[in-house]
Amino acid sequence: MDCDLNLKATELRLGLPGTTDAISPPKNNKRSSPDSDSAPPPPKAQIVGWPPVRSYRKNNLAEAESGSFVKVSMDGAPYLRKIDLKVYNCYLELLEGLEKMFKLTIGEYSEREGYKGSEYAPAYEDKDGDLMLVGDVPWEMFKSSCKRLRIMKASDARGLGCAV
Amino acid sequence: MAYSFPEEVLEHVFSFLSSDRDRNAVSLVCKSWYDIERWCRRRIFVGNCYAVSPEIVIRRFPELRAVEMKGKPHFADFNLVPEGWGAYAYPWIAAMAEAYPFLEEIKLKRMVVTDESLELISKSYKNFKVLVLTSCEGFTTDGLASIAANCRHLRELDLRESEVEDLSGHWLSHFPDSCTSLVSLNMSCLGSEVSFSALERLVARSPNLRTLRLNRAVPLERLANLIRRAPQLVELGTGAYSAEIRSDTFSNLADAFSACKQLKTLSGFWDVVPSYLPAMYSVCSGITSLNLSYAAIPSSDLVKLINQCQNLQRLWVLDYIEDSGLDALAASCKGLQELRVFPSDPFGAEPNVPLTEQGLVSVSEGCPKLESVLYFCRQMSNAALIAIAKNRPNFIRFRLCIIDPQAPDYLTLEPLDTGFGAIVENCKELRRLSMTGLLTDRVFKYIGSHAKKLEMLSVAFAGDSDLGLHHVLSGCDSLRKLEIRDCPFGDKALLANAAKLETMRSLWMSSCFVSFGACKLLAQKMPRLNVEVIDERGPPESRPEGCSVERVYVYRTVDSRQRLDRPDFVWTLDEDSSLRYS
Repeated sequence: MDCDLNLKATELRLGLPGTTDAISPPKNNKRSSPDSDSAPPPPKAQIVGWPPVRSYRKNNLAEAESGSFVKVSMDGAPYLRKIDLKVYNCYLELLEGLEKMFKLTIGEYSEREGYKGSEYAPAYEDKDGDLMLVGDVPWEMFKSSCKRLRIMKASDARGLGCAV
Repeated sequence: MAYSFPEEVLEHVFSFLSSDRDRNAVSLVCKSWYDIERWCRRRIFVGNCYAVSPEIVIRRFPELRAVEMKGKPHFADFNLVPEGWGAYAYPWIAAMAEAYPFLEEIKLKRMVVTDESLELISKSYKNFKVLVLTSCEGFTTDGLASIAANCRHLRELDLRESEVEDLSGHWLSHFPDSCTSLVSLNMSCLGSEVSFSALERLVARSPNLRTLRLNRAVPLERLANLIRRAPQLVELGTGAYSAEIRSDTFSNLADAFSACKQLKTLSGFWDVVPSYLPAMYSVCSGITSLNLSYAAIPSSDLVKLINQCQNLQRLWVLDYIEDSGLDALAASCKGLQELRVFPSDPFGAEPNVPLTEQGLVSVSEGCPKLESVLYFCRQMSNAALIAIAKNRPNFIRFRLCIIDPQAPDYLTLEPLDTGFGAIVENCKELRRLSMTGLLTDRVFKYIGSHAKKLEMLSVAFAGDSDLGLHHVLSGCDSLRKLEIRDCPFGDKALLANAAKLETMRSLWMSSCFVSFGACKLLAQKMPRLNVEVIDERGPPESRPEGCSVERVYVYRTVDSRQRLDRPDFVWTLDEDSSLRYS
């Protein structure tokens, strides 16, 4: 359609006479890279300066997370273990990790009923020293407030949970 | 024509003009007014330190008392400007030390300031009063020690979010016992512990102290004693807001707060233990500005706090507030003017909290005075943006960041063009806009047609072709700053709108399709623009023809000389289009 209108003849340009565009640019929608012509786009996590959060702010958030190793005790077990919370990206991964480490099943979390139906329920001690059920607060908040984990027998965990 | 008014009378009249715009207008009336005005100008604001030279400023304004200046372009905040690019304060400080013995105020933003500069400031001006360093870097706590020790009449020392090499907290102890003039102290960006007794004594002997922003290293247990010594405080930034839960600590703190009848602004709150928030409740009804953007507080506790702050005008918070918290904000704080919601997990791929576009829609509906927004979220729709635009035509600043930079409307999978189009069409007073999401050339057409008062535009990963850039440059009459990254904009639009660039402070383009040839042409055509090619891969002319430069930074300048402080990855081009590099 456009070629009939001969837009090129009337379009604004200040290029040197006789030159034409050397390349027709493909949509460059990944990170800034020196080899932008050839390299395949890297995963989004590597986009320089994205999202636009100032380093000052990023550093402050990161500091809150330092000291990510927490002790894990299990009711009835003779000694404790230690895990690095930084290694996990979500509750699911953490619970799977705990299940593997202690050779047990924890089951599924529901807001209403906690870990109903399983033999064990994971709890943690937060910054205030209170014993809380794992899963009630957003993951990031959990990571920064969890000081210690405790795998309780489900029978002891009844009645535990966030008071609303 | 003889003048009936003596100079002194005119000077007196001019002294009532405080805005730069008015003073600039006055100096254009005639040579005589230009001369009178320049001798009585006391304050100057330089938006780009390279737009003018110290010599030119000093020659024109021989009697300045206050200088405010900005250095690096805004995208430096996001590491898009390589280290060592420039914006050094020292040449300015050195020149002014000679020329302005009575200088009282220096305010710098995004500049490199050395200990040497700080020492020179502290020794050169007998009457120095105000030092504000926003997002600056290059100095250590030794430099602060010089300021503390030598500036006998210091009123303000404000280190907003600067990167300071923290050698020790000892600098604070350099304030002499005779220093009682402090009005404002902001040390929140520092890491080291200062001597608490020195801090307490300093606060106690500063009867005019209005602003005190502590750093994280000041524990909560110390806060009560500090604020007891300064019940006249208007702005308080706490240190770490966590301690073992103890009723005596709590009541001590609550008591201290209740004595602060003038408190309007609260910030700090690192490592918050929510149980201590109610200690502040007695002052909340007077609070107009609350910065909780470093505090991991669950939504329910946030809501309880916000419900106490009925007169809130400004809220900065993390996305832990959730949509439900923003609903509560919309219901409680009818005077809200500014909202900033920051991401708690900026690099996570999945949403970690239930905060969506809905929160922003609620606030835009419930808060009739809302005019300024910065909002990070993970999904957006045209419908939401349209609703927001219709709810809040009084927006002045609208900055939206969707974590996935090219996210489409999550409901329809279409680009967000119509949504942002509604924003610029309805919000006729819009001065600042940042956009993200899937955006085509169409959104730029809307911006060029409607955003007539827009002064600053930030664009990332948007547009299809040069037409996008052309719409903005040709349509936005009030545009002063344009910053663009990773967009398929190139030579055509840039060269076709070359004259526009001289009406603006600056243009930044990185990872776009601007060729070196176009940069040379632009520099040739527009002698009063500095065209800087910032490219770390080596000399641009050694690359193949048509290859894009990494970054180009174009700004107007009255300083005809090339930058002498260029690093080796910056190429500036002058009229002869010959290459200059250090």
